[in-house]
Formats: sequence, C-alpha cells, structure tokens
Amino acid sequence: MTVVTSAAQPPVEAGEERASLPAYARNYVARVRGGDIGALPAVLGLIVLCVGFGIAKPVFFSAINFANLFTQGAQVTAIAMGLIFVLLLGEIDLSAGFASGVCAAVLAVLVTNQHQPWYVAVLAALVTGAVIGTLIGLLVAKVGIPSFVVTLAGFLAFQGLLLVLVKNGTNIAVTDPVIKAIDFDGLVPPVVGWVLLVVAVVGFAGVQLMRRRKRAARGLAAEPLSVIALRVGALAVIAGAAVYVLNLERSRNAIVNSVRGVPLVVLILGVIAVALTFVLSRTAYGRHIYAVGGNREAARRAGINVDRIRISVFVIGSTMAAIGGVIAASRANSVDPNTGGSTVLLYAVGAAVIGGTSLFGGKGRVLDAVLGGALMAVIENGMGLMGVSSGIKYLFTGGVLLIAAGVDALSRRRAAATGLR
Amino acid sequence: MTATPLLEVRGINKSFGPVQVLRDVDFAIYPGEVTALVGDNGAGKSTLVKCIGGIHPIDSGEYHFEGTPVSVHSPRDASGLGVEIVYQDLALCDNLDIVQNMFLGRERRNGLVLDEVTMEQLATETLAGLSVRTVKSVRQLVASLSGGQRQTVAIAKAVLWNSKVVILDEPTAALGVAQTAQVLELVRRLADTGHAVVLISHNMNDVFAVSDRIAALYLGRMAAQVKASDVTYAQIVELITAGRSGDLGLTPAVADITNGAQS
Ligand SMILES: Nc1ncnc2c1ncn2[C@@H]1O[C@H](COP(=O)(O)OP(=O)(O)OP(=O)(O)O)[C@@H](O)[C@H]1O
Ligand SMILES: [Mg+2]
Repeated sequence: MTVVTSAAQPPVEAGEERASLPAYARNYVARVRGGDIGALPAVLGLIVLCVGFGIAKPVFFSAINFANLFTQGAQVTAIAMGLIFVLLLGEIDLSAGFASGVCAAVLAVLVTNQHQPWYVAVLAALVTGAVIGTLIGLLVAKVGIPSFVVTLAGFLAFQGLLLVLVKNGTNIAVTDPVIKAIDFDGLVPPVVGWVLLVVAVVGFAGVQLMRRRKRAARGLAAEPLSVIALRVGALAVIAGAAVYVLNLERSRNAIVNSVRGVPLVVLILGVIAVALTFVLSRTAYGRHIYAVGGNREAARRAGINVDRIRISVFVIGSTMAAIGGVIAASRANSVDPNTGGSTVLLYAVGAAVIGGTSLFGGKGRVLDAVLGGALMAVIENGMGLMGVSSGIKYLFTGGVLLIAAGVDALSRRRAAATGLR
Repeated sequence: MTATPLLEVRGINKSFGPVQVLRDVDFAIYPGEVTALVGDNGAGKSTLVKCIGGIHPIDSGEYHFEGTPVSVHSPRDASGLGVEIVYQDLALCDNLDIVQNMFLGRERRNGLVLDEVTMEQLATETLAGLSVRTVKSVRQLVASLSGGQRQTVAIAKAVLWNSKVVILDEPTAALGVAQTAQVLELVRRLADTGHAVVLISHNMNDVFAVSDRIAALYLGRMAAQVKASDVTYAQIVELITAGRSGDLGLTPAVADITNGAQS
C-alpha cells in the first residue's frame, strides 16, 4: 500500500484579496470585467435616462414629477419583487399581472360593494394572492406542468375572473380613505421622513459594523472600514437626496393644501424590500431557493424539500402581485377589467431582468426589482412628458428590454468563459 | 472476518421500470478500511451507492447500520446515520460559494439567521485539515473552481459532518496525476482516522494502492467481496469482465443467467 505523502501545506486563506479599499476596488473591476456585472446596467441606464429626460424636459426633475415617479412605478415594482423569487428557480409567472387585478377586484368588491372595513378587504386580497400562488405551485411542483403553461392558462383565466368580478366592465370605485392613502394621497410627514431616514442609515451601518466585528473576532477576513463607510455614505446621500426632494412643497396652492413628504407607498415597498432581502440572503430558506435554482438535483441530495421550495416561491410571487393589486386599486381609486392588464406583467418581468436577475435561475436579488422598477417608471414617465405616442413608447421600452437582455446574455457568456458563473 | 461491518446491505434489488439494475446484492463496509467497489460501466456501482445514500428507494433487501436494521428513505436519513456520499456528478451548486455548498441543507443558524461566521470558520478548518492548498478563498463561487478543486470541496463537504461512512464515486476520474495522488492520500487518511470508506474507481492501480477490500459488481450482481491482499490484479480484472475467476465469483450457472438476462 503506497500512498504519496505531501509536505505540510499552508491553510486556506479566506478572502485575502479583500484586505484594503484599493484591493477591494480592483476585485470589483475584475469581477465586472469577468462578466459579473450585477446591477451595473440598470444603474447606468437610470443615470443616462434621467439626465436625458431632464435635459429634454426640465420638468422631469421637478418635485411633483419626482413624487409621481414613485407612485407610478409602485405596482410594477411590487410584482417584480415577487417575480424575483419565481425567476430565481428558473420558473416564470405570466399570470402575476392579472392575479394582481383579481386581488384588486376582490378588494374593491369587499370594500365598496360589501361595505367591509379596509383591513378585511386588504387581508382578503392578500389571501386570494396566496391561494392563487399555492394553486400554481401545486400544479407546477406536484403535477409537473411547466410553469410557463400553468401561468399562461392563469393569465387567460384570471383575465376572465377579473371580468366576472367587475361584472363585465363596470368599474368599481374604491374610495375608502385608508386604501386611498396607500398609493394616492398618503404621505409620510416630512419630519417623520427624516427620522426614518436616519434610522435606516444608522441601522444599515450598525448591521455592517456588527458583522465586521464578529468576523474579525473569529479571525476571519473582514471588510475594510473604508468600504463600509463608502457604502453607508452612498445610501445616506442617495436616500437623503430623495427624502429632501420629496419633502419640498409640491402643491401649486400651498396655503390651502400643502403637499409635502415621502409617498406612503415608498415606505411600504421599502419595508417589504428589506424584509424580502433579509429572507433571501440571511435565512436558510433563502439559501435553499438559490440552491434549487442553481442545481435542483444537488439541492435534493442535500436533503432540501425541493417541492416545498417550488410551491413557496409561487405563493410569494402571487402574494406580492396581490400587494401590487392593492397599490393599483389605491392609485386609480378604482378597479376595472384592465387593472393589472396591458403592460403591467411585461414591465414587471422586464424590471426584474433589467435589474440583473437571470431568467435561467439561480441569480437575482430583491434590489434588482427595485432598480429595474425604477428604470421602468423613469421610461414610462419620461416618455409621457415628451408627449410621444404610445407606439413610440412601446418601441422604446422594447428596445431597452432587449438591450438589457443582450447585456445579460453577453456578460453570461463572458462569465462562462472566465468561470465566474 | 475479524471486524464487524459498520454498514451492510443484504439482498438488495433495484429496478428502473422494466430494467433490473441490482440483483440480490450483498455489500459490507468496515470501519478504518477502504473498500473498493469495482465493475464495468453500467454494472450498477453508482446505483448501489445511491440506494445506500437514500437517493433511490430500494425495491427489496435489508439495510443494517452498526448491526441494527434501519430504513433509509431519503438523503436526510442517510446523513442522519453518518453516511456521506461524494457523487460521480458532484452535485454542487455553481451559483453558491464553497462555504454555502459545504453546509447546504444543514446550515448553521442563530435563531432564524444564518450563522455565516461559524460556517466559514468550520469550512476553512475542514479544508485546512485536509491539507487543501489550492483554493484561494472559501467565498469563491464553485463555478470558478477547477475539476480537482470541485472534487476537493465535495470531499470536504462529506467529512465536515463527523461522518462515519464516506463513499466516493469515481473521485479521481477527471483528475491529473498530482491531484489524483492528493485525493487518494485523502481517501487513505479518512480510513486511518476511523472512517469506513468506499472508493469506486476504474483504475486498478488506484484500487490496489489504497484499498483493504475489493468488491466487484458484475451486471448488477455482487461477484465477490475479498481482501485486497488475497487477490491479484488479474483476478479482479476477470471478476469485473466475466463475473468469476477460478473459484472466486459467481457460479457459472448464475453468471450465465445474469448474462442471459442482460442480452
Ligand atoms: N435513474 C435511472 N433510470 C433508469 N436507468 C438507470 C438510472 N440510473 C442508472 N440506470 C441504469 O442502471 C445501470 C447501472 O448504472 P450505474 O450508473 O449504476 O452504473 P455504474 O456502475 O456506476 O457505471 P459507470 O462506471 O459508468 O459509472 C445502467 O444500465 C443505467 O442505464
Ligand atoms: Mg457510476
């Protein structure tokens, strides 16, 4: 029995490349060059489009338009956040748009026709979403029908269900003040806005510093303080600027009716985004979603209940669609057969993909939906201000989506070549 | 037989639809020993290992662990017993990093939150304990690793869990000379630290270099399980290709039946 023995070897060095800020920056550049571009295209796109629209139509940067951007993009962003979970498994949910319409209709029927309190109606809408998601998930995971087909059927069926609920095209008004506050006239008082911003920035910094201390205490490579400072600073500047602008007076007649503050829907979506990010990146459940999306067989062999994960992402997707529906009903003050229809679903999928989430599964973050949703809102809003026809608008949006998908495909090819992904 | 087997299966049958892949297979694994499992392509080695690992349910047969009968229906059952398998198709998630892969399905937690620090530390220690020097950072994505590095990660994943049985399905098939030597050394070290190790390989030099026992599968039947010191290279090759060698292996009648069933 002869076995080759080798001399003592140095232990693995964990993350030695991350020691300093320049090294960190070099590492990042190398990753981008290698094809791991993440949300870079969405961020660059946002900057380019904002500057472009701002030059063409200075009113784009006005306080009132800035607030509009958020309330306009809210429904698509909410649906996109849920879609991230579905896309992470390499599945698709084409029914999310009309599912959100159905949930909005449930809300409207209960609150307007049945005179139920707002919380009963909202809860019923969310439960409807969860039930829809469970149904889709069971059909995909247990029966084995491809999600594309199941949700295509859902796309048609929910469109029908929506028509039935709103009695063939009558539109149901939603005038409940609490529901209207969600995405129509609800504002966070300016002072509260500032306080929440400080809480968010301090919390973000605290989490990062605590993680760093814990790693350093166990002798693991820790991020340099300068990187953390940069990250916290960026959040403070960007979010601070947004709060500042949103706290400016946007009313033409401020004495009669002052309109200042962060729209309530921004706060709601912000809290949801943080919660979902936590789930995806800090819990075992989130880790298992990535695992199933990356290699389903490996996940199964690791003892992960793959079916349960697959069902659960559709539940999250459809529940987020329901939240999108509530937002849409609030913003329009009504629900009609087109709530959640037309471009809503396509914009939501587009938002996720433009943000950097892969349609092939295994890669994506909640932040992608937020960035992509913002980009979609900017396009929609900017094109509206330019006064172009719907035809041009769709052509342009289609072009942007294609560019985003193209960048994704090219970066993936590059990443495959360098072995990054 | 001096030692008692740590894990033993008896009379295992396994079919995929009409195709019977395993017939009445007996197989025993001993602590502190490397048992080589050999056989031609398609003999059923990977299938036997997957049955032991709870990936495939067995049609019939007994499964004994430390002398007591147990039932293994899922990968979790197997890992609960301390049985870890490094599969031929490594079963790593390319989109996760080394630490995440090593703890997949068994993440350390602080309440609800993943305990990344402890996991990273344990992963680093395990790799260091295996004298792995080629991995730059344990936070590298598995997609960026070479074949040998991936194999190393898969083995490290298997020994991370205080496992008692480690089964390696062709761990050296895709490796160069130096990396093969490293993996074989690793295999031997696992046995020397008390693990019961099963090594599947087509390379007879590797088999004779590290194993204490050799089990030969022939068309889904266990032809023989013998001490490595009792047989010659040529005898094993005969067992693999014909199912019998002299008075070793299947009786001529059984070998013929087995042959007939296949063709
Ligand atoms: N999931 C499956 N479904 C159907 N047949 C299968 C399945 N897995 C294996 N088989 C069949 O079982 C037989 C044994 O396969 P197995 O993978 O166990 O062979 P092996 O001894 O590991 O071969 P190799 O040396 O090539 O890895 C083959 O004929 C194969 O086609
Ligand atoms: Mg095999």
